[in-house]
Order: sequence, then C-alpha cells, then structure tokens
Amino acid sequence: MLSRTAANLYWIARYMERAETAARLLEVGARISLLPSAQGYRNEWDSLLLAAGSSIGFRAKYGEAVPRNIESWLFFDRDNPSSVAASITSARENGRIVRTALTSQVWDALNGAFQDLRDLERQPRSGLELSRITEWTMRQCAMMRGAIDATLLRNDGYNFLNLGYYLERGDSTARLMDVKYYVLLPKIEYVGTGYDNYQWTTLLRALSSHRAFHWAYGGEVTASKIAHFLILNPQCPRSLITCVAGMNNHLGRLAKLYGQPTDLQARVAALQSQIEGLNEDMIFEEGLHEFLSRFIIETADLAAMVHETYLSGDMR
Amino acid sequence: MLLMVDHVTRYVYDRPVRRVVQSHRLTPSRFDGQKTLDWTITVTDGVAGGSFRDGAGDLLQGWTVPGPVSEIEVRVTGRVETRDLVGVLRGHRELVMPDCYLNDTPSTRADMAIIALADLATGAANPLSSAHILSDAVAEAIAYRPGATKAQTTAAEALALGEGVCQDHAHVLIAAARHIGLPARYVSGYLLVTDENSEAAHAWAELHVAGLGWVGFDPANACCPDDRYIRLGSGLDAQDAAPIRGVSRGVGQESLDVKVAVLSEQQ
Amino acid sequence: MTAHFNEMYQNGAVRAPYARLEGWTKAMPAELRHLKQAEAEALFRRIGITFAVYGEGGDPDRLIPFDMFPRVFTAQEWARLERGIKQRARALNAFLVDVYGRGEIVRSGRIPARLVYQNDAYEKAVVGFVPPKGVYSHIVGIDLVRTGPEDFFVLEDNCRTPSGVSYMLENREIMMRMFPDLFRENRIEPVDRYPEILRRTLASVAPQKCRHDPVVVILTPGHFNSAYYEHSFLADMMGVELVEGQDLFVQGEYVYMRTTEGPKRVDVIYRRIDDAFIDPLCFRPDSMLGIPGLMDVYRSGGVSICSAPGAGVADDKAVYTYVPEMIRFYLGEEPLLMNVPTWKCAEADDLAYVLDKLGDLVVKEVHGSGGYGMLIGPTSSAAEIETFRGRILADPGNYIAQPTLALSTTPTFVEQGIAPRHVDLRPYCLVGERIELVPGGLTRVALKEGSLVVNSSQGGGVKDTWVLAE
Repeated sequence: MLSRTAANLYWIARYMERAETAARLLEVGARISLLPSAQGYRNEWDSLLLAAGSSIGFRAKYGEAVPRNIESWLFFDRDNPSSVAASITSARENGRIVRTALTSQVWDALNGAFQDLRDLERQPRSGLELSRITEWTMRQCAMMRGAIDATLLRNDGYNFLNLGYYLERGDSTARLMDVKYYVLLPKIEYVGTGYDNYQWTTLLRALSSHRAFHWAYGGEVTASKIAHFLILNPQCPRSLITCVAGMNNHLGRLAKLYGQPTDLQARVAALQSQIEGLNEDMIFEEGLHEFLSRFIIETADLAAMVHETYLSGDMR
Repeated sequence: MLLMVDHVTRYVYDRPVRRVVQSHRLTPSRFDGQKTLDWTITVTDGVAGGSFRDGAGDLLQGWTVPGPVSEIEVRVTGRVETRDLVGVLRGHRELVMPDCYLNDTPSTRADMAIIALADLATGAANPLSSAHILSDAVAEAIAYRPGATKAQTTAAEALALGEGVCQDHAHVLIAAARHIGLPARYVSGYLLVTDENSEAAHAWAELHVAGLGWVGFDPANACCPDDRYIRLGSGLDAQDAAPIRGVSRGVGQESLDVKVAVLSEQQ
Repeated sequence: MTAHFNEMYQNGAVRAPYARLEGWTKAMPAELRHLKQAEAEALFRRIGITFAVYGEGGDPDRLIPFDMFPRVFTAQEWARLERGIKQRARALNAFLVDVYGRGEIVRSGRIPARLVYQNDAYEKAVVGFVPPKGVYSHIVGIDLVRTGPEDFFVLEDNCRTPSGVSYMLENREIMMRMFPDLFRENRIEPVDRYPEILRRTLASVAPQKCRHDPVVVILTPGHFNSAYYEHSFLADMMGVELVEGQDLFVQGEYVYMRTTEGPKRVDVIYRRIDDAFIDPLCFRPDSMLGIPGLMDVYRSGGVSICSAPGAGVADDKAVYTYVPEMIRFYLGEEPLLMNVPTWKCAEADDLAYVLDKLGDLVVKEVHGSGGYGMLIGPTSSAAEIETFRGRILADPGNYIAQPTLALSTTPTFVEQGIAPRHVDLRPYCLVGERIELVPGGLTRVALKEGSLVVNSSQGGGVKDTWVLAE
C-alpha cells in the first residue's frame, strides 16, 4: 500500500478520535464548572485548556477564559487544529483523497459528519446547547467506527485505521485523566472530599464509562479504583492497556502481512507487558501525573516510529 | 596543452538532509579540441544513477544520496589534452537543431539596452564578424567585478549595472546574438588561469555561424576559447547549462564551498 | 447560415442508427423523463463525478449536465472514423520521433523549422531519446465534428493528457442502469474495456531496463486538481496506485514509490502533470509537484513517462495545420479525416484575409483550450470583434482562424421536450505496442439553442456515445 494512503487512513482515525476528545473535554469542563463549591469556574477552564494543550493559542485569540469562548475554541474554531470542526474537516479531507480505499458506508459516515457540521456552523450559536454538540460529535464518531467495523476489508488499510484509533485514544484517555491532576493539584486539601469525588465521577461520565465503572467496582468512587479502571482494566474500551493491546494487535497483523517484524511492534509489546505488570499502588507511588506524562511522551515517540516505519516509505 | 583539474564542491547542511538528488554535467565534451585522458567523479555516500549523452552532446549523470547526511563533497579530478581551434567546436556530435537556441529565457531576455547593443552588428560583413562585434561590445560594456552580481542577475540587469562576472558577459552576449537571429548558447567549463583574481570555473558563450557551426566567444577575457579552456556542457542559459543541479529533502540550510584548480603540465 | 446536419432526422425520415430510439422517446412521458433525469443527477453526485472536462478549471464540486439522449454511430460510420483516427495517431507519433531525432520533415521543407524548434512545447532535453516502442503520445484524444452524413473534420489533436474519458465510462454505466431495455433492443458495442486496454498499453511501453511485470502508476497533481476524480477513477479501474510527486523518489538508476513495505520500483508513470512541473532539476526549479531527478532516470531508460515529455509539440493549433502533410510524409497515405481549413495569422497573406473576414470566422489562440480566448465571428458584436482585432495584431503568431462550421445536431432533452443541439466528439486512441480504439468516446453537446460552444464551462453537457454492432 502506498505510504501516503496508509497515512491518510491512519489520520482519518486520529482526527475522528481527536474530535471526540475535544467534545469530551468540553463535557468535563462544563460539568466541573457546574459544581457550586468550586472557586469560580475560571481556573477550572484554564486547567482544561492546559490539558488540551492549546492554552497559548486560546489566550492569543480570546484572552479571557469564559465558557462561550471555550466552547467556540474547542468546537468550532478552525484556528485550533484540535477543535471538533477542524478535526472532522481534516478527517474528511483525508478521506476524500483515499475515497477508493473506503467503502461507501464509511465515506457516507465521514462525509455525512462533515455536511452536518456545516449545517451546525450555520446555526446561531445561542440556540446550540453544549450537550447537543458534544452528543452529536460522539454519535458521528460512533457511526464512523461502526461503518469501519461492519464494512471494511480486513487488509492493511484496516490495520492502519485501527492503529490510528488506538494510538489517539490512549493519548486522549491519558490527557483527560490528567485534567483531573491540573484541576486538583493546587488544592491538595480537597483530596478525599466530596468535591474530589464529584470530579472523578465527572471524568467517568465524560468518558461514557460512568455506569460501566459502577458495574465493575461498585461503592465509593476513589482515585485508586479509577486509575485501575482507566489504566489497567482490559475490559474498559478506553483504558490505556486496551489501547496499547489494540496497537500491538494491529501492528502484529501488519508485521505478519508484510512478513517483516519491526522495532515498533517490539516497543509496543514491551509497553504492554510493562503496564500489565503494574498495579494501582505502583502508579500512585510514581505519581499519577508523572505516570501519565510518561505515557503521553511514549505515545508521541510511538507515533514518530509509526511514521518512520510505515508512513514515510523510507524503510528497508 | 595538458590540463589537470581538481574541482571540489562541498555542501554543508546545518541540519541533516535526506534524499539529495543531483544531476551532473561534469564530463568534458568530446570534440577535436579536447581529449580526456582520465576523469573521475566521486560523491560522498552517493549512489550513481543512469548516465546518458543528451541531444546537445553532453554527458549527464544522476546521483542520489539517501542520507541523512550533513555534508556532501562532489569531487572531480582528471586530465584533458587540449588543442587551440580558435573557438570553433569542431567534431562535436549533437542532434539539437541550432534554431532551438533562438528561444530566450528569463535571464537572457533582451531589453532596449541589449537591443541597442545588438544593433552595433548591423551592417557587418557576415555572421562571423557580427559575432565578433557583439562579443567585443559586451567585453567593453561590462567590467569584470566579482560580487557585483548574483546567480539570478539577468542579462538586462547586468548590462544596466555595467559590471559582472563571466556568467553576466555570456548572458548579455547570448541575448544580443539571439536578437539578431544568431542562435546562441551558454557554455560551462574550466579555464587555466594565471592571475589570482580570475576563476578557474568558467563560462562563456557559443554562437552558431552558418558554414562554421558553433563558435565559442569569451567576452570576459575578450577572446575565443583556446587550449586553456575545457568545455563541459551547454544550455539556453546558466541555469540550463549548470554543471551541478540538485535538491534535497529537509529543512536544513545549505552552504556551499567551491574550490577549483586547473594546472597545466608542459609536455 | 447553412443548414445543419441532423444526425437523427434526414428529409423527414429517421436515419438508421436512431431507428429504435424514436419509439423509446415516444414511450417516455415527460414526468418519467424528469424522474429519470433527477435519478441520473443523483447517481452522478453519489459517485462524485464532479469536475471540469478538458482541464477547464472552475468549481470542483460542479456537475456537468448529462443528457440522456444518446448519440449513435453505425458500425460502418465508426469503422471509417476508426481508420482515420488511428492513422492520425500513428502520424502524430511518427512526427514526434522525427522532430526529436533528425527532423527530416523540417529538412524536407514540409513544415517550418521555427514552428517546431521555437515552439514552447518543444523540449530540447529529450532530443535524441527515443521512448520505448517509439511512442510519445500514448493516449491521443482527437476532437471531431461532423457537418454531413459523410463529412467529419478534425478540430484539434490532444497528444498530452486528454481528459474526459471517465465521462465516457460513467455515462455508459448510468445509461445501462437506468435504461437496461435500451441495451437489450440495440446492440451496442461495450466501452468498459478501456481501463484494461489502457493498462495493457502502458505496460507495453515499459523501459528497456524493466525485466519484470511492469509496475504502472498514475501521477496526479493532487486532490485539489479539477480532474482528480478522473485520476482516482482510472487508477481504481486499472488497479494501479494513484501517486503524487511526493510519493515518488529517485534513487540510483530508478524511480521508487513510498509504500508501507518500503520503496517499490515504478516502471511506467502515466502522468497527468504538465512537462514543466515533472522534474525541478530539469524543468521549472520551483515545481513542488514533480520528482527531482526523474528526467535523468527517464533518459537513461529506467522509467517510462506517458505521455512522453515533449509530446505537446504535436498538438498545438499551428502544428495542427500540418497533420495532413505528416500523414503523407510518414505513412505515404492520404488523410482519411479532413482538417478544418485554417489560416495562420503568423503568415502575412493569411493575416490579411483573417482581419478582412473576422466577422465570419472562428479565431483561436494557438495554445488555448476550453473555449476561452476565442472569437466566434458570426455571434460576436462589432465591439467584440474590434477588441479581438487588436489582440491579433499585437501577437499574430498566437492566433489561427477557421471558417464557422455547420456542426451537426442530435436530439437532446430540453425543457420543452426534445430539440436538436450541436455536438462534437472526442474518442480516445491508445498507442503502445498496438494501437487500439474503444468503440465510443465523449460526446459534448451545446445545451443552449443555436450555440456552437460545447465546453462545459460555457453551458455544455455530455451524452453517452453508442457504436452499434454490425
């Protein structure tokens, strides 16, 4: 497969997942700021932008972090390359280039999301509830995944799409968990309080994992249970272990298909067994933020290796 | 005369680059005025591409350097035995029709001043004397001054400035010659120099004179090429005739250092 | 104005090729017709065939109007056209081999040297290089018009990268889906082998150094290009990769494409990029679309480029006037297809005549296309003619003039029902080891009443083109 085609497929997945992350971030922020005991929502939103990695861009354009602006920035603003609108547009553009590598169902899902987005952009902002646009985003992303799973040939292109999904999703889960760190760390006195608890619950809701969590763990929401759920539990579809195992699986399939093992896969396999060997105490010993930062950096390295190995066409 | 050439071009990149691709026109032409005894081209870490003789009779050779590299050295060494044919390119095999060299290029477009210069040849007895008149006029009009012009300077700009190097002399002569209907081309090569101010990497012009064929004129030295000259290749202008053309992938800045030595060995 | 030849009705009777179509139209009520028209449009949108034909530019999301009324040729009519088209394609290629070699046709005085060697499309860089099988133009698109039952004229030749063939194929697909009965009642030669034949043609001109099953790719300027749909459609139908310049690179003696399994050697490049942009080392140094070093690999026999760089010198409108001469000179045959009489403004006598008769003539730019930069005398105002006169005088060598031809018409669905509209035809002749022509082509139709301009940018549409089996 042409490296550029593989890159287009991989980026379709990454952008779709990124759109979903932006929507989930919005949701987290909105819910946290609703808590009456919070010390004004401004700091919370600031933390959110910090976690989204786009604090500087936002400041330069809007200055003050008021909810309306943040909503614009994370959803509509094309100056923010990670906004929902920018991500969906980029995903669709990548899809248009490799149209013949997609089924019509996948293309319809992708193109449909883009056409809907243009309609949304034409509507007055005041009439758009935040929950409506975040739910819309997640629905589009789910339809896209469904079309891929149901209709796409299981060839190398399928593996590159999934590689993109898992890589971006792992990164996204880590970043969303880290929001909690940014929000909470300066106020250490809150740890273990109801406020702390509320924030963790919010995070679970934003990850659509609230009910799943209660089924799996029951009782009080604690940092330790959450860390287990979102990092170590292979049943959670968004946990880091699930994402790493997914990458490993699809890299393994590519290596087999091409008859060529790669350093990239070896490194992902090593990461998987490293995470499998952890428990939540070990994570908190290192520090949750430290652990997540390390994971985010590792993910960036892996992305560079994916490019080196498959997308540049320079291998061999 | 036996001429010995040692020509080193060193490219240094501030950040490593990949996939450097070059096209060389670095091998002496085959004609009665020169005979190559030995000739070697090396490119550090380079993979030689296909080579072929083009329609103008030049030997072209592609090179690629996969990289990443921070430095590339292209080194040309060899010995050529030369004869003085008073500028006439005798015995050179080529297929390109002289008429092709009537087409101008951005750097050889004639402006009013060049046309005025070309008009000096009006009333000349024959094309050969027209060519001499033009070459002398260009030598007169542009003083040799290194650094006065750049690689991108056009013929018109150089003439307006009244200063330049061999490239500018050749461009103005070519523009003027084409204007009066004489096919003209740019030639790159080497020159045996005696004083320190002159460059051993040299360029001049060839004008096509019916009956004689291609004849070299070097306005920079106010003469026709003789046995001090080694001819490498030709083109419509300096860019088209460049001995080395290349590109690389990467964001690195390139700096270039060229050293050319041409020595003679009395037989 | 002269009477126009109607391809369906002659002296009140239906001509043979259209015999079965009369009943078809009569049996189709207006509502059904509108329904079908809407269906066709939906199908075109669905498959995404939205681009300008013949590189006219414009809105990439625009649909070209599709007229459901087919244009029909009999087997005999087609056989004659086929011989004429192939003859022309052979002569054009012979001309290209000649002018990049010894230039015998120029030496013999049959065509002026200036026209060849000072032509912008002449590439000095490929002089002396003979491409595999001696083919420069592998896809020759010849634009034809008809003025009578036996009278066909060549309007222009396209030797570089004629576009629009995806319309020929998609128009047929859509007609077969919408009107299967028509295809049962009429015995229509299929055109769907075109991609396969194109692939075989391209593979047959693999370079000498290629000793394996050749790898063919299509090189596109990218997805912003107005013909990107056609590029990706052809790649998909042929089962070859659609590449951009950045996907290819030169190493050593060959060209490679970047794949997920590492570099893969490429043998034949069907490029849809102009000469000027294919290699910044050889042509425009500012080109970002091309592949540095490609021309060195090409000229040393490591890769084939289709059409071959330099092919454009055979298809400008001034060289066009010499094609009948080429046919005589290279093939020793008389031309089977006529040229439109052409006055070359570069020549003083012709110029005088043209300026005198501007109101009756069609004047075109030598390198123009898409129906732009032309004057149609009979339908232009006095002011327009005067403006154009000034342009011709400023640069006579840039213009040619032709009489206004009485283009044939075929029935076309219009708002009021069915009415005659003017048409032209572009068949696509494939030249490789063999020379082949799929029975069909692209018929363009001027949808405005009385209009002779069939360009899609100026109100033109397209039709399915049928060749009936014997």
